[in-house]
Amino acid sequence: MKTKIFKPEKRAVLLQGDQAVVEGALAAGVEFFAGYPITPASEIAEGFARELPKIGGKFLQMEDEIAGMAAVVGASLAGKKSITATSGPGFALKQENLGFATMVEAPLVVVNVQRVGPSTGLPTSPSQGDLMQTRWGRNGDQEIIALAPASVAESYELTIKAVNLSEKFRQPVVLLLDEVIGHLREKIYLNDSEEIEIINRKRPTADQDPKSYLPYQQTDDLIPPMADYGSGFKYHTSGLFHDQSGFPDGKKETAKLMQDRLHNKLHNNLEQIIFYQKDIRNDDRVAVLSYGSTARTAISAVNTGRKDNLKAGWFKLQTVWPFAEREVAKLAAQVETIIVPELNQGQLIREVERAVAGQARVLGINSYAGELIKPEAIRDLMEEVL
Amino acid sequence: METEKYLRMDKLPHIWCPGCGHGTILNSFIRAFTESDLDQDKTVVISGIGCSGRATGYLNFDTLHTTHGRAIAFATGVKMANPNLNVIVMTGDGDGTAIGGNHLIHAARRNIDLTVILFNNQIYGMTGGQFSPMTPPSDMATTAPYGNIDQNFDLAQLVEGAGGTFIARGATFDPRQLKRLYLAALKHKGFSFVESFSQCPVSYGRQNGSGDAVEMLKSQKKNTVDFKKWQQLSTEKKQLLYPLGILKEVDSPESEYTVRYKKIIAKANQEGAL
Repeated sequence: MKTKIFKPEKRAVLLQGDQAVVEGALAAGVEFFAGYPITPASEIAEGFARELPKIGGKFLQMEDEIAGMAAVVGASLAGKKSITATSGPGFALKQENLGFATMVEAPLVVVNVQRVGPSTGLPTSPSQGDLMQTRWGRNGDQEIIALAPASVAESYELTIKAVNLSEKFRQPVVLLLDEVIGHLREKIYLNDSEEIEIINRKRPTADQDPKSYLPYQQTDDLIPPMADYGSGFKYHTSGLFHDQSGFPDGKKETAKLMQDRLHNKLHNNLEQIIFYQKDIRNDDRVAVLSYGSTARTAISAVNTGRKDNLKAGWFKLQTVWPFAEREVAKLAAQVETIIVPELNQGQLIREVERAVAGQARVLGINSYAGELIKPEAIRDLMEEVL
Repeated sequence: METEKYLRMDKLPHIWCPGCGHGTILNSFIRAFTESDLDQDKTVVISGIGCSGRATGYLNFDTLHTTHGRAIAFATGVKMANPNLNVIVMTGDGDGTAIGGNHLIHAARRNIDLTVILFNNQIYGMTGGQFSPMTPPSDMATTAPYGNIDQNFDLAQLVEGAGGTFIARGATFDPRQLKRLYLAALKHKGFSFVESFSQCPVSYGRQNGSGDAVEMLKSQKKNTVDFKKWQQLSTEKKQLLYPLGILKEVDSPESEYTVRYKKIIAKANQEGAL
């Protein structure tokens, strides 16, 4: 179900990325936050603590990260759009209940403002080290949607998209910022004179008999309607593999059917999930592929390089998971070299190499000790390969 | 029977072992709920992992079978999201006091309106008899093959120290008292906690020579005393017996968490607020 809201005023504000997440979530209809303080994500909790009660929403500071994650799943099942925010160490603690949310198909958003790890690491320095933790941090195979903004404006826009995707697909969505995007201040326009698309989860229809309601029904779109707790359906929710009725069923074929549905509900709709931006000219021979704060460096390097007639373009992922495999394969057919700058020891590059499958040369530039990559480093490599 | 509407009859028989006390707890709970004036459709029952965790599958409410130890944290989210719901947690001694111990004390501290029924059989039953924080010292367990050296919690004191406003203890040898305690806990506005002694003849009893279920119920009776009588006992005798009944009850609905949060909402909407 979609509703359109219209906010006529154009509001220019100077915000941090973390604050823009709060604004985006509120615009998308989020009414519940539960979390735990952690650098560099605490500004998100502080923003919700201040803003949510103004709209009758709820803010909870829980006893730990695990409880914060559990509470947002509970609130989601009770019918509220819910969000939590953390950084790498806290994200590790949230993983079990994030897997639970995937299993029971609870729509919610988890924001991870990444800092340098492992462990306590460098709490106030940027990193993209949690890319693989986002994809594979939980037990078992499972899909996840993850979006990664590269600016304050994108933090606002992609938070709205994250909430919408979670509601549309009954699926937890991760929003991956990094310390620089989280703390950077930029002027952005909130509630610009365009309409904001808001998506609300599909609920059972008014004529649905509670006795025949199947909370995990194998519907054509593979996304079963979700009843709010307290609305008379009296259904069971479990982290055990369950049949369409929601009750545990140890049968192997049920476990397979359910895993296939969880996979296919996303993979049948990748065009609605995978967002990216690119500027690749027909005669470009090098592409710089990146996301988050490194995309800013990449775009800057390409733009200055082009002034000196370098045949280079850029490709920026806004959705990092599911990985834009087809788009990257297409890119590999267009250019000779793909450069992948990352704030880690090389995580996205593995996915890129897999998608490229030998069609182009793939080179990494890596910074993993809290320093941003300088545009000159990318420029030098571009010149070297051209 | 009126009680049947609160059970998912098609999910029975339950998975609990012969002689297990958990069915008695479920029975007493359903009888208490039947006597309460609570709305079945506005009630959510939430459990964790272990033998107690399976209780939610048999109960005909909105039910949530969560991860190990986290039932109270999920319940806090449900209750805050919709304070009109009655939220009941069923947890075990491993689930609720070991892996979930932090959530227990913090929910008590907030005095959020949850009813927590803790099934205490003093052992990890489902995984085959490992010691829990409620296994008494020197008892045998598969992970304490030379005897347990850990001290067990006094749960009532723990929850009282944390700020719970309704604390009770019952035992499966007296299901009628259990029902009365659950009914009082359901009616209480604030965090209510009922420790419920349950017998596990299979995973606990066999290792400890406790005899069959009947003998274990007799031992429960021998080791417990009514709270009013317990208060008259000497300090030495008090340490030998567990008091049963309502151990603490503070009537202050204004101090309940969702009630206090409503005041925050009002404050945030005042003119000149942040």
